[in-house]
Amino acid sequence: MLKAENILLIKSKKTILENINFTISPGESVGIVGPNGSGKSSLLKILASLDQPTSGQVWYKGTPLPKRVPLTVRRRMAMVFQEALLLNTSVYENVAVGLKMRFLPKAEINKRVYFWLEQFGIPHLAKQAASSLSGGEAQRVSLARAFALEPEVLFLDEPFSALDAPTKDALRKDLATIFQQTKVTTLLVSHDFADIQSLTQRALVLLDGKIAAEATPAELLRKPQPPQVEQFLAHWH
Amino acid sequence: MEMIGQGILEALRLLITGDPEVLRITLLTLKVSGTATLISVILGLPLGTLLALKSFPGQRLLLSIANFGMGLPPVVVGLWVSIFLWRSGPFGYLGIMYTPAAMIIAQAVIASPVVVALTSSALQQTNPKLRLQIKALGATRWQYLYLLIREARFGILAAIIAGFGAVVSEVGASMAVGGNIKGQTRVLTTATVLEVSKGNFDIAIALSIILLVLSYLITLGLTILQQKKQGA
Repeated sequence: MLKAENILLIKSKKTILENINFTISPGESVGIVGPNGSGKSSLLKILASLDQPTSGQVWYKGTPLPKRVPLTVRRRMAMVFQEALLLNTSVYENVAVGLKMRFLPKAEINKRVYFWLEQFGIPHLAKQAASSLSGGEAQRVSLARAFALEPEVLFLDEPFSALDAPTKDALRKDLATIFQQTKVTTLLVSHDFADIQSLTQRALVLLDGKIAAEATPAELLRKPQPPQVEQFLAHWH
Repeated sequence: MEMIGQGILEALRLLITGDPEVLRITLLTLKVSGTATLISVILGLPLGTLLALKSFPGQRLLLSIANFGMGLPPVVVGLWVSIFLWRSGPFGYLGIMYTPAAMIIAQAVIASPVVVALTSSALQQTNPKLRLQIKALGATRWQYLYLLIREARFGILAAIIAGFGAVVSEVGASMAVGGNIKGQTRVLTTATVLEVSKGNFDIAIALSIILLVLSYLITLGLTILQQKKQGA
């Protein structure tokens, strides 16, 4: 579904990503874990066509993506950021905004908005102003907005890191159920290995802009290699 | 105190009796300043958006010029617009000197930098991550701009209010290019100056009260629009 080939990213003469190679199969859920500043979010932006690598190639469904990624391809992807990043309007309008961009019929928009608000347990908030939501509610709206687009690939950039522990646990649980139901191809970036363990089938450990290890989350915990990976994962042992 | 009381009474009398001259002056004020503000929005909104969202050589210079332009003395604007529209000037052939059209041009020159600079500032204050999120939602360029302008609407309406406020209250430019001709180019500010110079303080106070009420009502309307509920 998605392939990164020899990705190199240099910004302000600093190497952010180097020699990144991996493939994601359709329906697979892959996690990218690493400490702050390891280049995780930069990699996600490149894969989501929101940034360009210095060199290297991203492939989407067997086709190399050009520098200017066509809108039709970008619209098959959705992204959720660390902050909910909601528009200053109602919850309903926030979830509907991407669907309106695609000029879907009103009835379809309405159906999808309420379906995904239900899935995330917040249909009662539909008419509320987005600015009045708590952090957890806002992130649920942001996720509902992404899922409503019915993307082929979903990119999640630290979606829980701004939430407190109970809110994070509840949302992670709901998201795991939704992942099982939708089987959407997902790339999740997190500095918290617990997120990767509960939501992904395969994990890449990114250290200093390079992939230091690649395995299932369970394998990584069982045999954390090389030593830098072991050191990073020690906290979750 | 007596003079102020008389002025307020005169204002009420002029308003209640619907004095034709005052009505004409008020309507011309609205027409000239309203049109000038509209022109400044048509020019200022795209230019302010460009300055806020695009990086290009000379961007900072243009932004600094717009910021500087917010403080342009109206009388200086009046002088330069006069030079251009004067019979022997580059646009003298238009023959619009001492007409409302000349006043609209001068006022648009005053209001445009205000709208450009404040629109630009309002858009620059939007969260850069939100801009990325809008792109990630699959927005076309126009959808992206529309959503960003909608996000910055409070600031942009403040820019329009400030632009209107700057022109409805100016006197120097209107006097220079309009000439304060009775029945043709006399507006509330120039009429007030004239009445003060004649010592007719009661009429001057009356005109100033009408001007204040008028600009407050328009600002109130724009503020209501600005603060409109954000719900569904």
